[in-house]
Amino acid sequence: MVELTLPRNSKVKKGKVWKAAAGAKSVKTFKIYRYDPEAGGNPRWDTYEVDTTRHGPMLLDALIHIKNEIDPTLTFRRSCREGICGSCAMNIDGRNTLACTKGWEECGSGDITISPLPHMPVVKDLVPDLGLFYEQYASIEPFLQTETPAPDKERLQSPKEREKLDGLYECILCACCSTSCPSYWWNQEKYLGPAALLQAYRWLADSRDEATGKRLDDLEDPFKLYRCHTIMNCAQVCPKGLNPAKAIAEIKKMLAKRAV
Amino acid sequence: MSNASAGAAGKTRKKPIVRPMSPHLQVWRWHVTMLGSILHRASGVALYVGAFAIVGWLAALAAGPAVYAQFLVCASSPLGLLIWFGLSAAAFYHLASGLRHLLWDTGAGLSPKTASTLSTLSIWFAVIATVAFWAALFASGKVVL
Repeated sequence: MVELTLPRNSKVKKGKVWKAAAGAKSVKTFKIYRYDPEAGGNPRWDTYEVDTTRHGPMLLDALIHIKNEIDPTLTFRRSCREGICGSCAMNIDGRNTLACTKGWEECGSGDITISPLPHMPVVKDLVPDLGLFYEQYASIEPFLQTETPAPDKERLQSPKEREKLDGLYECILCACCSTSCPSYWWNQEKYLGPAALLQAYRWLADSRDEATGKRLDDLEDPFKLYRCHTIMNCAQVCPKGLNPAKAIAEIKKMLAKRAV
Repeated sequence: MSNASAGAAGKTRKKPIVRPMSPHLQVWRWHVTMLGSILHRASGVALYVGAFAIVGWLAALAAGPAVYAQFLVCASSPLGLLIWFGLSAAAFYHLASGLRHLLWDTGAGLSPKTASTLSTLSIWFAVIATVAFWAALFASGKVVL
């Protein structure tokens, strides 16, 4: 359901200000979303003034610097620090991206705002609950399904057929795209969202998969697939440069072709 | 007794966690494709309502010269003209944006760059076409403020 404003318990209040140490050379201000489930109450915006000469080039470097040197209670997910695990997906400067591959100098000259992935239940600080997102991924059955008997060797694919998976298999399930999509914001219980649909197309496009008909049947639904209104936020924000909107358009085409 | 034990059990039971919802529109930095999409929806709604105005026009015509003359007085009042202006803008935008969607439905024009260009073009088309349409109407002398 469309709700343009946040529920009362989610309105973000003003928080603490952590001043830069005296003698800091180059100061950048980070406005970071904070929510502590144990303390209760509403979330707040904490402001950290950070000496940028003391941390590395990426937003994740700045966050780790804040956690190590300024405020150890700051909570966020991170792991690989090279854009392949998808853990540090968050909203930075108004767009979803990975903190580890976004340079703080790429952001605007003003304060940098950092909040959890949008329109999600917040577990703590920058950590959203992605349970529903993973369930939706599981629901598209993301594995090879066949009916023909297994061959002696592997199921072969020509280089041309393999090429069709480029731009699909690289998805790291960071949830940047799905949580960027207003359709997903308003209807996430019913609409699968860009990430799950890109993965659905990854299996539809696989020449070895033999469950194409069943997969299309499952997607032919007013909400699961057709809530995509080509708003294109997904393709704008994908940190891997993939295009879920295009994948969704291809699924719609497959369904249309099947009907005529 | 049984009430007291139930009360004690109730106290130890944990309250379900109500997690806050993370900010969405409040923090989002808008992009032209997102603007194009909401304008498509808004202009569609405006045209739906506007269809009643057109039906009213036809009904007034069918109801005879006196009613039609009264309709024209309303329709050519400043408020009436403002409504027609809005409807024409909605029609021009919905037309251009609809073509954009038609192209997208073929699977073409969906790269982020092309999609942005198409959205920007739709908005500019609506602005220019609406201004040109009304300039022509006023120039014809048939519509006066």
